[in-house]
Amino acid sequence: MIKIDVDMAKCQHYGQCVFEAPNVFELNNDDKLEYTATADDSERANIEAAIDVCPMQAIRIVE
Amino acid sequence: MPDAGDPHRRIATLMVHPVLIVGASMGGLRTAEALRRFGYSGPITAIGDEPHAPYNRPPLSKAVLAESVSHEAVAFEQRDSTADVNWILGVRVNSADLEHNVVTDSNGEVHPFSALVIATGLRPRRLSVSNGELRGRHAVRTLDDAIALRAELKPGARVVIVGAGFIGCEVAATARTLGCDVTVVAPGTHPMHRSLGTELASEMQRRHESKGVVIRMKTSVTDLVGESSVEGVILDDGTTLPCDVLVEAIGSHQNTEWLEGNDLDLSAGVLADNDLRALRRNGTPWDNVFVVGDVARFPNPAYDDEARQIEHWNIPTETAKRVAQVFTGQAHGAFRPIPSFWTDQYDNHLLAYGVLSIADDVTLIEGDVTGDCVFGYYRSGKMVGVCGIGMRSVVQSHRTNFV
Repeated sequence: MIKIDVDMAKCQHYGQCVFEAPNVFELNNDDKLEYTATADDSERANIEAAIDVCPMQAIRIVE
Repeated sequence: MPDAGDPHRRIATLMVHPVLIVGASMGGLRTAEALRRFGYSGPITAIGDEPHAPYNRPPLSKAVLAESVSHEAVAFEQRDSTADVNWILGVRVNSADLEHNVVTDSNGEVHPFSALVIATGLRPRRLSVSNGELRGRHAVRTLDDAIALRAELKPGARVVIVGAGFIGCEVAATARTLGCDVTVVAPGTHPMHRSLGTELASEMQRRHESKGVVIRMKTSVTDLVGESSVEGVILDDGTTLPCDVLVEAIGSHQNTEWLEGNDLDLSAGVLADNDLRALRRNGTPWDNVFVVGDVARFPNPAYDDEARQIEHWNIPTETAKRVAQVFTGQAHGAFRPIPSFWTDQYDNHLLAYGVLSIADDVTLIEGDVTGDCVFGYYRSGKMVGVCGIGMRSVVQSHRTNFV
């Protein structure tokens, strides 16, 4: 399993991560980011892509 | 292809020259990461003229400028996959010889390569004035630029920002929020007009003015006043603005001088094909020379045949990935990246997809222009871009129009 951490003090809810890892990240009805705290190892490439495209560089994989 | 256990391969690897990335910023880092991700295990060297390891530039004109500026606050996390990349920092590459697969740095050292990745990006254009040696002139491109500027943004400081593009407007918002007296001077009709179009640009001007920023459009700077540091800015209408801090945000030059003499088209960035391979003037690509990031001018078939430089933050990452795919023989179909940008000014968070500047028609498609709103950008009736203030979900719902 992969543990995911988003620094919500940095996050500006741009939602770029949603397109890279839709199983992990989504924008809710109030346009705020929601994410799953853990994901299957098969999501690693998608989550790394989400980390790359985050404008605020707020996403981390916690090993 | 021999497998990794084959002794011949190991000997060949020992002798092979590295993939050489010139430019150690985001595009260079993302290229190194992507090469590893797509299976290239040979040597990688990255040479950059800044002393700092790769860092994220957008916060320099936004949040970080408002707080304390440090490398730690903006550094990209280094991944295990690129731990063996040879980073040569604080060194400038002066010239390249693509026929002989070498570059030469400012210390005279020659670096051979098996493949070259051009990632040298942009540097700020500066005002051309008679007394340009005055202190108090700033640009915002590097971390060191931001550190120097941050030190001068004190409450009550009279800040003149030349240029009303995204950088100029972000610095205006940040400086105003810090309590500075801010004037923006620019030649266009409205701030960010070229990207946003008249309606959204004029609304953003209104929002800046409501915060107390003075905006003087259709105006340019002819000279500076001051003894040892800038004390005033002379405008083309003859008036002089008092000025303690001058910020020059008037666009960029491409860092391509080091590539001259190699039969490349350097008229605007480095002309490349859709696979980011640098093109000779006769249109044939170099097989082992690639271009990534701001400095790449490439055609995007999602729009048309015209090669464009796209100076948006997501392009280094997109182009780096494509280069790694091409280099490792894993590129499929055309490269059709969706340009994306965002900007934060006060509590206005703008997000856009597409190429807004090529639109011939701009229409409000959701919300109220004085509040949260979304505009569609159309060319010949086809949507080519979308931009909103707030309303992220609506903006994102239109992104599929550009895939």
